[in-house]
Amino acid sequence: MDGNSSALNKGLRESPGAIHKDPDMVIFGFWVFMMSDLIFFGVVFAIYITMIGATAGGPGPRELFDFGSLFAQTMLLLTSSLTVGIATITMKHQRSQGSFLFWVVVTLLFGLGFLTLELLDFSEMAAKGGIPQRSGYLSAFFGLVPLHGLHVSFGCLWMLVMIAQVLTVGMTDLVKLRFLRLALFWHFLDLIWIGIFSVVYFGGWVYG
Amino acid sequence: MNITDYGWLGKLSWDSIVFSDLISNFSVSAAVGSTAGAIVIFATIATLALLTWFKVWGTLWSEWLTSTDHKKIGIMYIVFALVMMTRGLLEGMVMRAQQAAAPDGFLYADHFAQLFSTHGTIMIFFVAVPFVVGLVNLVMPLQIGARDVAFPVLNQISLAVTVAAGMLLMVSLVVGEFSTGGWSAYPPYTGGDFNPGVGPDYWIWAIVFSGAGTTLTGINFTVTILKCRAAGMNFFRMPIFCWTVLCSSILMIFAMPPLSVAALMLGFDRYLDFHFFTNDLGGNMMNYANLFWLFGHPEVYLLVLPAYGIFSEVFSTYSAKRLYGYKSLVFATMSIAVLSFTVWLHHFFTMGQSPTINIVFGIATMLIAVPTGVKVYDWMATMYRGRIRFTTPMIYAIGFLILFVIGGLSGVILANPTVDFQVHNTLFLVAHFHNVLIPGVLFGVLAGYNYWFPKAFGFRLDERLGKWSAYLWIVGFMLTFFPLYGAGLLGMPRRSFSYMDLTFKPYMVVAFIGAMVVLCALISLVLQLLVSLRDRQKNRVPVGDPWDGRSLEWSIPAPAPSYNFAELPRVTDRDEFTEAKEQGRAYQPPKVYRDIEIPKNNPLGFLLCVLSGILMFALVWYMWWLALLTTLAIIIVVIASTFRWDSEQIIPASKVQQDTEKWLALVNKTEPVGRDLENTPQNNGYAKLEH
Repeated sequence: MDGNSSALNKGLRESPGAIHKDPDMVIFGFWVFMMSDLIFFGVVFAIYITMIGATAGGPGPRELFDFGSLFAQTMLLLTSSLTVGIATITMKHQRSQGSFLFWVVVTLLFGLGFLTLELLDFSEMAAKGGIPQRSGYLSAFFGLVPLHGLHVSFGCLWMLVMIAQVLTVGMTDLVKLRFLRLALFWHFLDLIWIGIFSVVYFGGWVYG
Repeated sequence: MNITDYGWLGKLSWDSIVFSDLISNFSVSAAVGSTAGAIVIFATIATLALLTWFKVWGTLWSEWLTSTDHKKIGIMYIVFALVMMTRGLLEGMVMRAQQAAAPDGFLYADHFAQLFSTHGTIMIFFVAVPFVVGLVNLVMPLQIGARDVAFPVLNQISLAVTVAAGMLLMVSLVVGEFSTGGWSAYPPYTGGDFNPGVGPDYWIWAIVFSGAGTTLTGINFTVTILKCRAAGMNFFRMPIFCWTVLCSSILMIFAMPPLSVAALMLGFDRYLDFHFFTNDLGGNMMNYANLFWLFGHPEVYLLVLPAYGIFSEVFSTYSAKRLYGYKSLVFATMSIAVLSFTVWLHHFFTMGQSPTINIVFGIATMLIAVPTGVKVYDWMATMYRGRIRFTTPMIYAIGFLILFVIGGLSGVILANPTVDFQVHNTLFLVAHFHNVLIPGVLFGVLAGYNYWFPKAFGFRLDERLGKWSAYLWIVGFMLTFFPLYGAGLLGMPRRSFSYMDLTFKPYMVVAFIGAMVVLCALISLVLQLLVSLRDRQKNRVPVGDPWDGRSLEWSIPAPAPSYNFAELPRVTDRDEFTEAKEQGRAYQPPKVYRDIEIPKNNPLGFLLCVLSGILMFALVWYMWWLALLTTLAIIIVVIASTFRWDSEQIIPASKVQQDTEKWLALVNKTEPVGRDLENTPQNNGYAKLEH
């Protein structure tokens, strides 16, 4: 490479030993983590697709899925992505702590609502004989959808921690940086949900 | 039995302890197992006693266990890898002894199966990975001119879960038994129907936790290399080792998740009666094979790429030449990283897919030989007309160059599906992968160990014993594994604890003798360390450049200060330090001294190590209350750690100035030493400029 291209890397600013506080790097690191998580999901999706027909005489997608509830779940989750976005904007424009917390709490409630509906869905499926022990297909289903639910639960816990931190130390740079990552994570879960809706529910229903 | 059918202690009972077998039903096999268990217990007690005797608990806690310094974390990884290597190697010896003694061996079939399962699991996940990760931790941030890795506490956590998983494997020697399903643990054999014991559960949790550690490490290293390079160090000025680490870290990010998924799904099958991989109710074992090798094949490149990086540094330094074909080495590395994802089906050519698919994957596999060949020629060209010094790392490197080509060629043979149909599941395969992994990875990390040891500790390793060890490894490896090619071609199946056809016997006897030589190699490695510790005053290299090194890590004192660089370097050349020495820029005081901020010590890693260790043990033994308790504790500890607001400490500019001036004064009064004398006590780490 010629000498000019060295301009591409300006290097870290000299003061920080604490390079792990550099926002640019922290957010980038989180993106890399999400890539890894995406592979995790991708592989579980692949297993689900190979097992769509493996119902072993048990109930399949057509008997089990309740698209009414799924529509409600989708709406809750997609809207929560909007509210977490609004929370990020209030943070960016340094609105009051109160309005920031309001939007975080709204997001949390949407998340919890989603989880409640999902659990109700699972119990209804179980009532129709759709338990993971019944067939390879159902094992694959319950390997994938609750994995997303677990991520959502983790996100909810994360929000509780963020609320506690805002209330105790206020909107410090570190807290903001953590919230930015939470927001990214939450949007990521939306993306996964769109995959689940299209591949697991709709795809399963079409090809099952 | 149902998972809820167990009491407070889960499946645990007195019969689970390894010694109970010895008392109730004596056999040589049980005696071997009990001895191993006794060694674990004795070694644990002895270690604890020694630490107390020398009153080093305080130092251990504040300097090591809670440290966030990448160099110390790297050293802990390597210590851990060496301990595990001792176990894995002894297991290999016992197996070779059994096969040499066959048909009247001394082990039960089940015991032999546990041996090859733990041997494989340990050597890959708890020797090769931690050794490589340890060296990378030690060196890579120094080579790119950074203060630390991108996420120091995450680094600590990665080490913590890896060590906890390794400890779990040690516990399996004393309590219960390990899996008999090989390192790949194929279901349905490892499923609940065929394997109701705790063995596969030990495997599953060790894999899941150490795998998580490796994924996090991959993320950490990738971000470090992409974001923390010194000013001016663009991609094509990065030392080749950093390039291989970057590619290998990307493999960690993308290849480890399939393994975690496979192991967890196997766990769901076993614990909760799911049907991912069972024979009945729609389970599909081939999904496991695909997931496992989707990880497993990139894994070998994940290990060997950093070793290629180490060899590149070694060839260049000890030939006193710039690396030949730098860019072609970079592109070869990237090609290998990409191609590694396109070959996983060659692990099951014989499992029933169509010939077309076999051909595609066979060709993809053979393609990897092309970039690898490019590398081999580049290394040879680097040595050509160089002033070569036959130091210990160089002996490993040249041994690698010759032996690895043989291993690679046997891989090309195996990549041909028609040949594979003949020799799969024979010792030919065992010979092949040992032939790539031992010269490729093990020789690489041992070369790196000898090469960078002075940087880590400030004194050189004993050269004479180092050479002995290197030659013994090379000879021992050849004697152990070349006979297996022959036995494999004659049709001897792998993993067999005995055989009736005595044609195999001479091969097995030679292999056993080879294993004894390998044991001598290990002993000389330990001796080398002990002798070097004894002679450390004589062999000190405080100036920091004992080998006339070419990259940035040699431009600072040995051992490096906690903040690495008094002033972050500016890079203008690929061999930056050599360039600096030639232009007289080396050993200059910084223009200005500044306060340096580094992360404080953190107990999080240690706490997670203990808690995740207990969690895994509870899961293996079905102690649900304990599993729940430790899970909650882990969540609480992690959340609590996010409430630590003062996680940084400042090293004042005056301290940096004091350190640096002391070192520069030392440099000024040290006599530069030529390369001919680099292994004599005259070498204080100040290499003379020679051409």
